[in-house]
Amino acid sequence: MRRRSLVAAAAAATATALAVSGCGVLGAGEEAADLQVYSARHYDLEEAFTEFTDETGISVEFLYGDDAELLERLKAEGDDTPADVYMTVDAGNLWNAARQDELAPIDSAALDEAVPEDLRDPEGRWYGLALRARTVVYNPDAVDPAELDTADTYAGLTDPKWKGRLCMRDATEAYTQSLVASLIDLHGEERAREIVDGWVANDVEIMSNDVLLLEAIDSGACDVGIANHYYLARLLEEDPDLNVDLFWASQDGAGTHANISGAGVVAGSDNSEQAQKLIEWVATDGQSAFVDGNHEFPVNPAAEPEPLIAEFGEFKRMPINAEAYGERNAAAIDLLAEAGYE
Amino acid sequence: MTQPAVLPDPTGVPARARRASRMAGAGRPAWSLLVVVIAVLVATPVVAVVLDAFAGSRGITLPRGIGEMVLTTVALMFGVGLGTLVIGGGLAWLVTAYRFPLRTVLVWLLVLPLAMPAYILGFVFLSTFDVSGPVQGALRSAFGDGVRVPEVRSLGGAVVVMSLTLYPYVYLMARAAFAEQAPGTYDAARTLGASRARAFWKVLLPLARPSLAAGLALVMMETLTDFATVQYFGVKTVSVGVYLVWKGSWDFESASQLSALVLMFAVAVLAGERLARGRARYHQKGGRGQGLEAVRLTGWRAWAATAATLAVLGGGFAIPVLRLLAWAVGDLVADPASLVDPRFADYLVNSTVVATLAALACVVLSLAMGHSLRLGGGAVVRWAAQATTFGYAVPGAVIGIGVLLAFAALDGALEALGVPGGTGLLVTGSVAGILYAYVVRFLAPAYQAVDAGFAKVSPSMTLSAMSLGASPRRILTRVHLPLVRPSVAVALVLVMIDAVKELPIVLLLRPFGFTTVSVWVYELASENFWERAALPALVIVALAVVPVFFLFGQVRSSDAGHRRRVER
Repeated sequence: MRRRSLVAAAAAATATALAVSGCGVLGAGEEAADLQVYSARHYDLEEAFTEFTDETGISVEFLYGDDAELLERLKAEGDDTPADVYMTVDAGNLWNAARQDELAPIDSAALDEAVPEDLRDPEGRWYGLALRARTVVYNPDAVDPAELDTADTYAGLTDPKWKGRLCMRDATEAYTQSLVASLIDLHGEERAREIVDGWVANDVEIMSNDVLLLEAIDSGACDVGIANHYYLARLLEEDPDLNVDLFWASQDGAGTHANISGAGVVAGSDNSEQAQKLIEWVATDGQSAFVDGNHEFPVNPAAEPEPLIAEFGEFKRMPINAEAYGERNAAAIDLLAEAGYE
Repeated sequence: MTQPAVLPDPTGVPARARRASRMAGAGRPAWSLLVVVIAVLVATPVVAVVLDAFAGSRGITLPRGIGEMVLTTVALMFGVGLGTLVIGGGLAWLVTAYRFPLRTVLVWLLVLPLAMPAYILGFVFLSTFDVSGPVQGALRSAFGDGVRVPEVRSLGGAVVVMSLTLYPYVYLMARAAFAEQAPGTYDAARTLGASRARAFWKVLLPLARPSLAAGLALVMMETLTDFATVQYFGVKTVSVGVYLVWKGSWDFESASQLSALVLMFAVAVLAGERLARGRARYHQKGGRGQGLEAVRLTGWRAWAATAATLAVLGGGFAIPVLRLLAWAVGDLVADPASLVDPRFADYLVNSTVVATLAALACVVLSLAMGHSLRLGGGAVVRWAAQATTFGYAVPGAVIGIGVLLAFAALDGALEALGVPGGTGLLVTGSVAGILYAYVVRFLAPAYQAVDAGFAKVSPSMTLSAMSLGASPRRILTRVHLPLVRPSVAVALVLVMIDAVKELPIVLLLRPFGFTTVSVWVYELASENFWERAALPALVIVALAVVPVFFLFGQVRSSDAGHRRRVER
């Protein structure tokens, strides 16, 4: 009996301690920051924004998550939401958040000047802030870049000479879907289907992420593939001898497929003025701090890309039509499924 | 366990149990009500999502290729079910019936694969065995580029990997059954001249069937709700379909309609489990037996047993851990400062606190339910108790959104009633939402374990206590709790491990500034910083090993008791 009450007392003490420490780590006693950001972009944001806080005196807090989940959370929280800024990757996601009325339009001459027209919402509900290119990569021991089609490099990979030499990402990956959505937008559904069928006919090897894909090309398991430029930059930073080269796709045609990370002011924000200030800062003074760490391209033409990706050379990008990326994504998924692309 | 064990079945209702429930009348209203309240609370988020999905006027839309997704899901579940049954059941038999080198350590090491989160596993396995990995690289350099290897990224690959990591559910339950449930009956069979093999197949295995079924049900539900491993292996299950529709078509309504389909699979699994349990009406009475005598294996057989066990452990635990270690060391050499990240301690405390609270809550509720069922109460109470286990079959993200929806509705209702501000930011402003969602999701493993414990307690014990005038509360603390204590330990461990690994719920519902170790891994892994993610991933594994170690204490003490009996 005594032993049992001892156990009970210990359990009660532990529970109390847990509850108390639970409150401590909750941040309930801490002072909240001026701005709260929901972000589906996770790359070391705190570091980039210390500069913003230093310059403006506005403190920022981040909550990282998955884009679709964060959006559902915004919807459920409604006017109670603590979030002021919603930041996410992929133009389709931005378009969808705006469509669902979760973003408030802002009127900013600074942003209109800093962000090219195709990288922002016509109504000012979201703005692209960093640019990523999805282009062709190859093993220089196995491929002469002259073999690649310069007019439509993505479609060129359907040529039978690439049979058994091609590596790409899976159909569940947003990168793949957005590329195919842009091909549908560009060429129409029929031609896009021919291209995807052509990749499948070439026995495309499906890789489960971009790093694995680049390593496969480096090791010679594949000769050519499609990847985001910053993954290559990241691997080259670690190992300058990596046996993978970048080819800017479709330079004599529509240009290389690109996508954005971007942000908008949350409709339920109670601090939209400072939220707008934050987005303006990222698009102007904060461009390098925001994009360089992840080797992305600045959206603002006035900012220079960091040296490592500057070495990839200038390139022409396919204009981004966020609405098309958003609306055609479902069609892209169906098309990939029907083509037997895994 | 030496007390006579009877397996009363809540749905089949054998004569004894019927008598028991007549004696107990309609149960105790307060306790019965408690079960119903728990069931309603647990079902609310799931119901909220389903209502949200079908309330729209658009009708039902199913994605293209749904038939194939269903077939793939069935194939995967069958494969993983068979794999875990063979590996988990086989190993449980091996360590119970035989003695071989390293057995005493391996007995508990075999639980470790449970500690490995699914969202790490897929990448680690593919980066090791796929075309760009070191294994195929070595093969290519040894045999030339033409060397053909079976496709790793495939249904078969997924079945192997998931079987190697999920078998501990079956192993744990089967081991407990072999070691504790059956000694007397086994002895009787042997005395009557049955060979060891015959006694195993004809006596032990049927007796262990409810436990095997319970473990298998957990495996199936884990398989069903997995998004991460299947995506890595390119296996398009219905859950991947949910993900595609939700993230790719931005159509949450259709996605939740599809997750209702996932729920139907779960209903089938649980019905199957009840069926498997329901037919098992082997009453074991009287007598403490010596039980299964563990035969000492000698020579090559002994080493073969050790090697087989190590091979399973190597695949499910050692390979991923070593790979992670290699990355972590590489990263630390490159950047030693990352080891002393000040946020580290915070994350660790957060993970531990939430997992502990969730485990305690789940176990208390499971005990209350098991106890109430024992007091009687009829079909409604039995069904209510069963309904609480469905949460495990719903993907974490869906439960999280269900919690959001339920609280949003409550908030709106309160505001409509004139409460200023409604609930405010209760769900996402504190850990309350996370804990609630954890209980919804993890009540199943806790209840499965506790329920299996109650199954071994003879109703006559409860009835004796009742007829001697003990109050329900006294019966709980003085009779039931002491008898099911080993199962309570198992329940605590299972929930703690699951909660430490859990990602989608905490990611969705956490308040600002609240980061757990699993979120930390996710932030790095989602950006493909695998080398930096390796260290926190190992921390999760280490955190999960702690409860496993406690469980080992349980296993060892039951082993020791077993040995004492044998040696006497």
